[in-house]
Amino acid sequence: MPGAVTRLAGVTGGAGALFAAVFLACAVEAVEATTIVLAAGTTRSWRSALAGVGAGLVVLAVIVAALGPGVSAIPLHWLRLIVGGLLLVFGVQWLRKAILRASGHKALHDEAAIYLKQVAAAETAARQQRGVVDDWYAFTLSFKGVVLEGLEVVFITLTFGSNQKDIPLAAVAAVSAVLVVTAAGFAVRAPLARVPENTMKFVVGVMLTSFGMFWGAEGAGATWPGNDVALLVVVPGVAAYALLCVAVLRTRRNADDRTGVAPVEVPT
Amino acid sequence: MINAVRRFLAFWYDFVIGDDWRVAVAVVLAMTLTWLVHRSGTSAWWVVPVFFALVLPVSLWRAVSRP
Repeated sequence: MPGAVTRLAGVTGGAGALFAAVFLACAVEAVEATTIVLAAGTTRSWRSALAGVGAGLVVLAVIVAALGPGVSAIPLHWLRLIVGGLLLVFGVQWLRKAILRASGHKALHDEAAIYLKQVAAAETAARQQRGVVDDWYAFTLSFKGVVLEGLEVVFITLTFGSNQKDIPLAAVAAVSAVLVVTAAGFAVRAPLARVPENTMKFVVGVMLTSFGMFWGAEGAGATWPGNDVALLVVVPGVAAYALLCVAVLRTRRNADDRTGVAPVEVPT
Repeated sequence: MINAVRRFLAFWYDFVIGDDWRVAVAVVLAMTLTWLVHRSGTSAWWVVPVFFALVLPVSLWRAVSRP
């Protein structure tokens, strides 16, 4: 039985839905990882920063090699239940942050500010050589950035790909996103502040939540009206509901501003 | 060693559960209720969307409310 994305693709006329969802999600993570690596490379040592990237990619490759076959072996019914539930938790958390940012209750994700903060921290850290790594700080900063952001890329790629029974297509989308963002980052040698990251996160939150709802409910035994066609209602429905939440919270924020009440700022 | 285990668990908690643990609890409840409704022979597709429609505003409201 083909996965939901395949069926949506069938409805909408191509595998673009899967590709777009994975590409967008992975591009967002790649932008964040690139900012960290650029900060480590430009202020400390490119050699150590790139060594950290390499080590991080090896760790991610091991995780994919270990989890990939295991995920593929899980029966589809259980896969949808587990993956749908996890995607729904992830999606609602992404959406929650995106709504708080869009309504002014949380500071927008600012790659330029994050870059400057990382640069300031990197400039004051002591230089230490360990083994073949001439700057341990640059190495670990890059390593952590790649592994932490990469884990989400791996999770999204494996879950979307395995549900569609087409991990290669999901992997192509993920690798394309990482390559495009990395090339752009190294071409400008600056944080990709012009990427509409907050909007992308909103869209990804909608996609993760919608597919999580669809697969999770199917995994728990439910049958959606119209089967795959339901996704064409679920995705815009989730988006509209999220936009309504933004409007309500923005109204509240504006009312607080008018009355002079200090609005609650959610920590970043 | 204990600190390392604690950090490891804290990382995975933060990675999977995130800022609001109530969302994860609600998702588990929604899946369980969907299964129970399905087992009773009733159409169950509406359970998860209803949970989502309730949980998202509650979670947002808690985030922007004063302590």
